[in-house]
Amino acid sequence: MAIAKQMSPAQSKDAGKLAALLGVKTRFQVNGAIWGYIFALPWIIGLIVFWLGPIFASLYFSFTEYDIISDPKWVGTANYVKAFTNDPQFWPSLAKTFYFTILFVPTTIVGSLLLAMLLNQKLYGTNIFRTLFFIPHLVPAVAIAVVWLFLMQPRLGPINTFLRSIGVENPPLWLGSSDTALESVTLINVWAALGGNNMLIFLAALQGVPQDFYEAAEIDGASTSQKFWKITLPLISPSVFFVLILTIIAALKVFTTAMIAPQTPGGPSNATWFILVHIYHEAFLYLRMGYGSALSWVLAVILIVFTIIQNVTSKRWVYYENE
Amino acid sequence: MRMSKPAFNPVRFSRNLVLYAILMVLVVIFGFPLLWTLSASLKTIPEFAQFPPALFPQSPQWINYWTVLNTPRVPVLTWLINSSIVVILTTIGTTLTSALVAYSFARFNYRGRDFLFLLTLATLTLPAQVTLIPQFILFFKLGMINTLYPLWVPSWFGGGAFGIFMLRQFFKSIPRDLDEAALIDGAGYPRIFWSILLPLLGPALATLAIITFIASWGDFQNPLLYLNSPDKFTISIGLQFFNVSPEVGGVPMRHLLMAACVMSMIPTVAIFFIGQRYFVQGVVMSGLKG
Repeated sequence: MAIAKQMSPAQSKDAGKLAALLGVKTRFQVNGAIWGYIFALPWIIGLIVFWLGPIFASLYFSFTEYDIISDPKWVGTANYVKAFTNDPQFWPSLAKTFYFTILFVPTTIVGSLLLAMLLNQKLYGTNIFRTLFFIPHLVPAVAIAVVWLFLMQPRLGPINTFLRSIGVENPPLWLGSSDTALESVTLINVWAALGGNNMLIFLAALQGVPQDFYEAAEIDGASTSQKFWKITLPLISPSVFFVLILTIIAALKVFTTAMIAPQTPGGPSNATWFILVHIYHEAFLYLRMGYGSALSWVLAVILIVFTIIQNVTSKRWVYYENE
Repeated sequence: MRMSKPAFNPVRFSRNLVLYAILMVLVVIFGFPLLWTLSASLKTIPEFAQFPPALFPQSPQWINYWTVLNTPRVPVLTWLINSSIVVILTTIGTTLTSALVAYSFARFNYRGRDFLFLLTLATLTLPAQVTLIPQFILFFKLGMINTLYPLWVPSWFGGGAFGIFMLRQFFKSIPRDLDEAALIDGAGYPRIFWSILLPLLGPALATLAIITFIASWGDFQNPLLYLNSPDKFTISIGLQFFNVSPEVGGVPMRHLLMAACVMSMIPTVAIFFIGQRYFVQGVVMSGLKG
């Protein structure tokens, strides 16, 4: 303010214009606004180059035929028509992805909640157990897939050796058979995810439930299951909701284990040919960038619809304390 | 009145006994695959193929770890170095530039700031999948296929919404008086950022750095798209290459593959143990505030 007063009326008018342009009130704040832009600059560029640009570009490519070497050729909605009507792998890959999601999401969420509740029992050594359960989450997904491929080896692997030793005559072929490959991939993913971030989030949420609620309920003679359904679950519902969204999104994008664990990418008889495996093959192996973009948008729309459905239905069951 | 020790409670005791039994079963479920990998990595070739498989090797072959680093067709050492380059550059880029952007969002007023912040949050919910193909085309046109650049360069442009959002919350918790006092003393904004605010942000930066490190080290999808010659591979994609062709000159090398798997786990597990406290805090915060 003091600086503005010392200026001639003309200067002050120009400065005022600049200030208005930058969205600040006084000339003194103009300097700050400019620094604000400078500090945000990496992200402004990043947003444009790595987010907004690619999003619009992929929308455009999805209406073209494009092999990355010659120029994209506009084909209208042909890619989408092909996906929905003339691609023998498209619907099956979606179906397999949904099947995986239906197996994976409830198992992981219930499992990590149970783990968190177990760790919340105030036993000695809880921290050590928590760390042990978390370790699979630190192992690169590729290493997990490779290790499980050996564990699940039908003839020599330790799992089937163990199963035979306890009297199972024909243990499953796991990743080696199209009947069990998808379930095996699910098992591997559940193992890797159970003790991970979900468990930590649930544990923190459980520790945030006030103890007096339980004490009051006990005085009223509430049973253990009543305490869980009427107190614990409603109070941790925001965390359950958050974890649910993240887990569903992660499940629909299942890729690494499906590519590696079954020796052939996509599994025996394409049993683990999920939608992202399909996109990878179309776009990056056959260089059908246009078609791959269309498939990506189909997946994107599915993900967005899931998020919206969850946000709408969450009002019925998610309890926020400050509302 | 003297406090007496709590009386032995048989119900509570047997309950805890059951809980510990469950915990032990879980320890086996989570620990066995890793223990088995470690054991397999220390076996000889005949031991590895032996049936039924032995739980522990007769005499641990630590030499396997030396051999795997010096096998020409599967340059595990090169892969580990490549991964380290990518991970270090990604971690520095993400923490540094997202701190800058978070500082801008938390402390400055300018036109478009709130819109920019809204866009930032939108990228959290937008599926990153649709950006995959155009980004690949971009790096292809720049001639950067089969180089490490596509794996770390994007992290130097703001590092992503998660870090920006998290650090912005931390900046907002630091009193503004601190900046203003420094401003009056004649410090410029870059100096305030670097010498005053950044040191106060230590724990938050550590959290972000650890999360970034673990995610970047384990990444498979991007290296799979961008790298195609074994001397450029990161450890993830290298393990996959090794897994598909585990024989060198007709000799099966699966025990060495297991050794490579163990080595691929060491950096993330080590980082986790060093910064466990920060890491757990960070994950929990993202869960509770998200």
